[in-house]
Amino acid sequence: MLKYIVKRLILMIPVLLLMTLVVFSIFYFAPGDPVSRIAGPNVTEEVYKSIQKKYGLDQPFVVQYLRFLKSVAEGDLGISILQDRPVLEMIKERLPVTLQIGLLGFAITFAIAIPAGVAAAVKKNTAVDYLCMTGSLLGIAVPTFWLGMLLLYVFAYKLRWFPISGDGSFKQLVLPGFAIGLTNAAITARMVRSSMLEVLKQDYVRTARSKGLLEKTVVYRHALKNALIPVITLMGLRLGWILGGSVALEIIFSIPGIGRLMVDAILSRDFPVVQGSMLVLTSSIILANILADILYAIVDPRIRYG
Amino acid sequence: MKEAILRVKNLCVDFHLDNRIIPAVDGVSFSLAKGETLGLVGESGCGKSVTALTIMRLLQMPPAKIRNGEIYFKGQNLLNMTDEEMRQIRGKNIAMIFQEPMTSLNPVFTIGRQISEVLIQHQNMPKKDALEKSIEMLKLVRIPEPEKVVKQYPHQLSGGMRQRVMIAAALACEPEIIIADEPTTALDVTVEAQILGLINELKSRINSSIIMISHDLGIVAEVSDRVAVMYAGRIVEYGDVHSVFTSPKHPYTKGLLEAIPDINMNRSKRLKEIRGVVPFPDEIKEGCRFKTRCDYVHEKCLAEEPPFIQVGNNQVRCWNYLSQ
Ligand SMILES: Nc1ncnc2c1ncn2[C@@H]1O[C@H](COP(=O)(O)OP(=O)(O)OP(=O)(O)O)[C@@H](O)[C@H]1O
Ligand SMILES: [Mg+2]
Repeated sequence: MLKYIVKRLILMIPVLLLMTLVVFSIFYFAPGDPVSRIAGPNVTEEVYKSIQKKYGLDQPFVVQYLRFLKSVAEGDLGISILQDRPVLEMIKERLPVTLQIGLLGFAITFAIAIPAGVAAAVKKNTAVDYLCMTGSLLGIAVPTFWLGMLLLYVFAYKLRWFPISGDGSFKQLVLPGFAIGLTNAAITARMVRSSMLEVLKQDYVRTARSKGLLEKTVVYRHALKNALIPVITLMGLRLGWILGGSVALEIIFSIPGIGRLMVDAILSRDFPVVQGSMLVLTSSIILANILADILYAIVDPRIRYG
Repeated sequence: MKEAILRVKNLCVDFHLDNRIIPAVDGVSFSLAKGETLGLVGESGCGKSVTALTIMRLLQMPPAKIRNGEIYFKGQNLLNMTDEEMRQIRGKNIAMIFQEPMTSLNPVFTIGRQISEVLIQHQNMPKKDALEKSIEMLKLVRIPEPEKVVKQYPHQLSGGMRQRVMIAAALACEPEIIIADEPTTALDVTVEAQILGLINELKSRINSSIIMISHDLGIVAEVSDRVAVMYAGRIVEYGDVHSVFTSPKHPYTKGLLEAIPDINMNRSKRLKEIRGVVPFPDEIKEGCRFKTRCDYVHEKCLAEEPPFIQVGNNQVRCWNYLSQ
């Protein structure tokens, strides 16, 4: 298992290299000049040159890229062009906010999807099932950002239960967490339902009943643990989607998370910040996927990673 | 006769499918005495498993529906019990060993847990004691290195070992009745002999009654005290094991016995088989169920179903014995 984790971590490196190269090339070759943005249009040749030199923008592509890699390897993500602060520091400020939204979203996903999916499967073709599945269809049809705006309008603007904008306090994260959690729960509940229906037909569920176990033990232990195996895989794959959703929601809710940071940086061509936040986002998605695989092996003893 | 611990009366179970109703079990009656082993034989599809699952109340309803019948366990009708009352009987008073050892254990729980959960549920045993008892049970069913096996998962064991685990779990609470539904069909012959020996030995140890289901008359002859022969959802012959095997009465029972290979048999003599196939339960609307395959069929058989007729020590559903 340890060997497998190390292998997966090593395999992260080429992915991250490719990602940085793509972002780097886009910024290098795209029109628009960061230097004139900082210095303004009426700048003297001398000042322009010095700024260019300060950020190493006078060097050829390959040199710039290798320099960037070297400093990343040393744990230095560079300095923001716009704010003149270390990028790492800015990310450290913003990352917890985004992670909290994501985790809250996940918690809400599971808190809703598992009971709803299990209830729908156990009470298949009854009112409970139809209610859960209609709700889930609705959740799938509604885009996350739209749900976010709806929640914002109702609970922040009209009812004033939550702040409309703010500094990223936990109270401000509740609504975006729900927007992510609800839409994600919709698709997850369907998965839990169909997976449960499959598992409930299995011989070992009949065996569990033949032992005279409580029905809730049969359903929530014997069946659910098996039914969660494919759900874990799905969740691993949905992580990127969740982080993407969080980026959109941070903008709608004006929350200072890493998504906001990245979008602002893209708009102002603050290249080191874009590169740094992309690096962190990509790494967290890959790490979370590795975590999902580990969880998968813990739940299913038949899985052995070599 | 000894006191009956289980009495099945006129049990009828239908499967309600989209376009038809299949009477899988149709008017089955038998009784099981304390400490007795009753063999239930018949070809594939004749309703043996459905009978067993109905006693356990483990049939999926729908599609199954109990049309008629009573099942008395120590005087109480199981079919009238609430789900909760029935749950308390399952695993504690009546336990079942299933036909499919490869899929009957939960793949994500350890062997130890799957045995000890019965004890925890029914005897309120603390977890630690239950695990110790599980190790003891594994020893009893002759699994080598039981301390190691309790920590293992089903996929790490062979089919024979898994069936032993199933037996260990079924016997953990020393149930009064064990229903063994073709416990050895999925296993090879040497393992089969071991498992049967084991069931017999353990049965006398805890003095429980067994319903031994099989399509193999050899197995039934070996372990049973009495035998019920099933055909297309009905019992067609019923009697003690000696008289059924030495003087079978029903043409179907005779056919089954002639189809058993015999080591001392003359090589030149060919094995006989019953011609035709088992009819689907809803195919035969009137007359004797066996009429399509019987060599002794006559007019009455086509029109009217025979009742049980006492012939010697056996009960037989066959018109041919009416004159006697
Ligand atoms: N879930 C089901 N849905 C529809 N029909 C069923 C179902 N289960 C059983 N049957 C029908 O009931 C009849 C009896 O089946 P059963 O499983 O009791 O046979 P069996 O005697 O145990 O055979 P085998 O030796 O193959 O185990 C069969 O004809 C089958 O078609
Ligand atoms: Mg069967």
